[in-house]
Amino acid sequence: MKTFDLSSASVREFNQALHDQAKQLEEREWRVSNSGGKHNLAVGVNQPLDIVIDGHAGYYCAGMNQQANITVHGNVGVGVAENMMSGSVRVKGSASQAAGATAHGGLLVIEGDAGARCGISMKGVDIVVGGNIGHMSCFMGRAGRLVVCGDAGDALGDSLYETVIYVKGSVKSLGADCIEKEMRAEHIEELRVLLDKAGFDVDPASFKRYGSARQLYNFKVDNASAY
Amino acid sequence: MSEKQTPVLRESATFDRLAIQEIQRAAETGIYDIRGGGTKRKVPHFDDLLLLGASMSRYPLEGYREKCGTDVILGNRFAKKPIHLKIPVTIAGMSFGALSANAKEALGRGATIAGTSTTTGDGGMTPEERGQSQHLVYQYLPSRYGMNPDDLRKADAIEIVLGQGAKPGGGGMLLGMKITERVAGMRTLPIGVDQRSACRHPDWTGPDDLAIKIAEIREITDWEKPIYVKIGASRPYYDVKLAVKAGADVIVLDGMQGGTAATQEVFIEHVGIPILCAIPQAVQALQEMDMHRKVQLIVSGGIRTGADVAKAMAMGADAVAIGTAALIALGDNHPSLDDELKKIGSAAGFYDDWQNGKDPAGITTQDPELAKRLDPIEGGRRLANYLRVLVLEAQTMARACGKSHLLNLDPEDLVALTMESAAMARVPLAGTNWVPGQGF
Ligand SMILES: Cc1cc2nc3c(=O)[nH]c(=O)nc-3n(C[C@H](O)[C@H](O)[C@H](O)COP(=O)(O)O)c2cc1C
Repeated sequence: MKTFDLSSASVREFNQALHDQAKQLEEREWRVSNSGGKHNLAVGVNQPLDIVIDGHAGYYCAGMNQQANITVHGNVGVGVAENMMSGSVRVKGSASQAAGATAHGGLLVIEGDAGARCGISMKGVDIVVGGNIGHMSCFMGRAGRLVVCGDAGDALGDSLYETVIYVKGSVKSLGADCIEKEMRAEHIEELRVLLDKAGFDVDPASFKRYGSARQLYNFKVDNASAY
Repeated sequence: MSEKQTPVLRESATFDRLAIQEIQRAAETGIYDIRGGGTKRKVPHFDDLLLLGASMSRYPLEGYREKCGTDVILGNRFAKKPIHLKIPVTIAGMSFGALSANAKEALGRGATIAGTSTTTGDGGMTPEERGQSQHLVYQYLPSRYGMNPDDLRKADAIEIVLGQGAKPGGGGMLLGMKITERVAGMRTLPIGVDQRSACRHPDWTGPDDLAIKIAEIREITDWEKPIYVKIGASRPYYDVKLAVKAGADVIVLDGMQGGTAATQEVFIEHVGIPILCAIPQAVQALQEMDMHRKVQLIVSGGIRTGADVAKAMAMGADAVAIGTAALIALGDNHPSLDDELKKIGSAAGFYDDWQNGKDPAGITTQDPELAKRLDPIEGGRRLANYLRVLVLEAQTMARACGKSHLLNLDPEDLVALTMESAAMARVPLAGTNWVPGQGF
C-alpha cells in the first residue's frame, strides 16, 4: 500500500502519482492522510486503484473518475465524483451540492445526506444516498438511477429526461415534468440489487418511483407555462 | 392633368413589415421564433473604424518584401503546452449536432492547412474533427454533453464556456429534427427531443468556484493544456477580471453579432453588446491587472474580412475567431443553392434556418443525404483559401501602418467614422482628437 500525507505532499504530487499508474501500474492500494478538506483530490484517475481518503475532502473529489474505487472517511464538498465514467466512490459522511453531477457511469454512494442539486444532469451513473437530498436534485437528469433513503427537497427531477428516481421518504415538491410512477415488480427487483450493491439494508418495496412525464420533450404551445 | 396620382403607401417606422409579420407569426403559432445566425440589424461595428496608413510621420513596410508576422502563442500563462498558431484567426466552437460530421471535418482540414485551431462545441468531440485538426480546442459547457476525461486528454486546449455573444445568459438549443441517433447517443438524450441545454454550469457558481473548477481540469490534464474561458459580451470589464482571477490562460470574448445554430430571435437581436465596445472594456481589464498579452484575448462576433481582423487586433485582441464566415466559406448560402433555398422559404444570402436541419449546403444538418453534399476535402480547401485571404488582407493593412507583426497594431492606428463608434471603440473621431466618453 502506498501512503500519502497531504500535510507535506501537495495535491499535485498526489494526483500525478495516481495518473502515473495509468502508464505503468505499480501500486493498487492508496491511502491518504491529512486530507484537510483539500479540493480536487483523486481527480482524473484512470486505473482500477483502491483509494482511501482519511478525512474530509473539498470540491470535486474523485472528479471524472474512471475505474478506481475511492472511499472518503469524512464529508465532501461540491461536485463529488462529478462526471464520473466508471468505478465507484463512497462517502462515509455527507456531501455538499451537485454530488455526482453529469456523471456517466459507476456507482456513487453517500452514506449521509447530500445537498442541493444532487445528481444534476446525471448521464448514466447510479447514485445511492443514505440520508436526505436537497432541492433541485436530478435537474435535467438524462440517464441512470438516483436512490434516496431519506427525504428529497423541492423541485425534484425538474426537466427530467430518462433518469429514474427512487425515494423512500417524503418529496417536498416535484419539478416540471417529473411525476410519480408505478412501482412494479421489476423496479423493486432492480432497486434491491442496487441497494445491495450500495450496502444498505432497506426494504425496496418501501420506495416510490419518479420519472419523466415526457411532456416537455418537444416544444408545444400548450406547455408554455411549464418552461 | 386628369390622370390620378398613384397613391404613396406609407409604411410605419414602428410597425414596419417585419414587425407586423412577427406579430402575425406569433399569433399563429404561440411560440417565439427560433433561428440561426447572428444579429441582423445594424450595430456599430468595425466598418465604423478606419486604419491610419503611414505617410511622413509614420513609416510603412514594403508590401511584398518586408515581413509581417502573423503567429500567435495562446495559453502560456500556466499551461505546460501552450498553442502556437501560424495565424491569429481561429475557428470558433460549433457543435457536431448543429453541424454535420462532414462540416466538422472540413473545418478541421481547412484550419490545419492554414495553421490554426478549430473548436468542438455543445455536443462533444468527434473522431472526424480530432483526426483532421492539428490544434483542437475542447469546449466545456454547462450541458457537458459528451464530456469525458479521455477526450479531455486528447484536446490541445480546453474552453470553459460561460456564454455566447448571440445569447449571453442563455443555454443551448438543438431542435428534434437534428437529434438523430448519433447526436442523441453522444448527448445521452432520447432521439428526436427538442434539446434545451442548461445556461449555468451544474457544479459551480461564481468566480471563486470557477477557480477551483479550472484547477480541477488542470489537475486532470496534469497542467498541460491551456484553459480558455469564453464569455458572451455583456459586462466584459468585470467578467474578464473575474475570469483572469479565476486562472484563465485565454479569454474568448464573443460579441452580440456572433452566430448561433439555434436561438430565439428576440435573444439574438436584443441581448448583449457589440464586439466593438466589448474589446476596449476587456483590454482595460487586462491592462489594469497587468495581464494584457499575458492572458491572451480572442474576440469574435461578425468577423468577415482582413480589415476586421486588423482592426480587432489594433484594439488589443491577440486573435479572432470566426463562425458564420467559416460556414459561408464552406458553401453556406451559396448562390447555386438559390432555387432550393427558395423552396424552403428563403433565398441565397438570407438563409438562417440553421436550426431545422434542412440546409441544402449540407452544413447545418444531420440529414445523411444532405450532409453528403459537402465534400470535406473541398470544403477544407475553400476554408483554407478564405483564411489565407483574411491574413493577407490583415497583413496588407498592418504593413501600411508600418507594423512588422499583426500584434504590433495598436489603437493609435485607428480612428472612428461616427460618434458612437468613437465612444465605443475608445478611439478618436476621424479628423479630431476627440474620444467621446473620455472626458473633455
Ligand atoms: C452553427 C453554429 C453553432 C455554434 N455552436 C456553438 C457551440 O456549440 N458553443 C459555443 O460556445 N458557441 C457556438 N457558436 C458560436 C460560435 O462559437 C462563435 O461564438 C460565433 O459564431 C462567432 O461569431 P460569428 O459567427 O459572427 O463569427 C455557434 C455558432 C454557429 C454559427
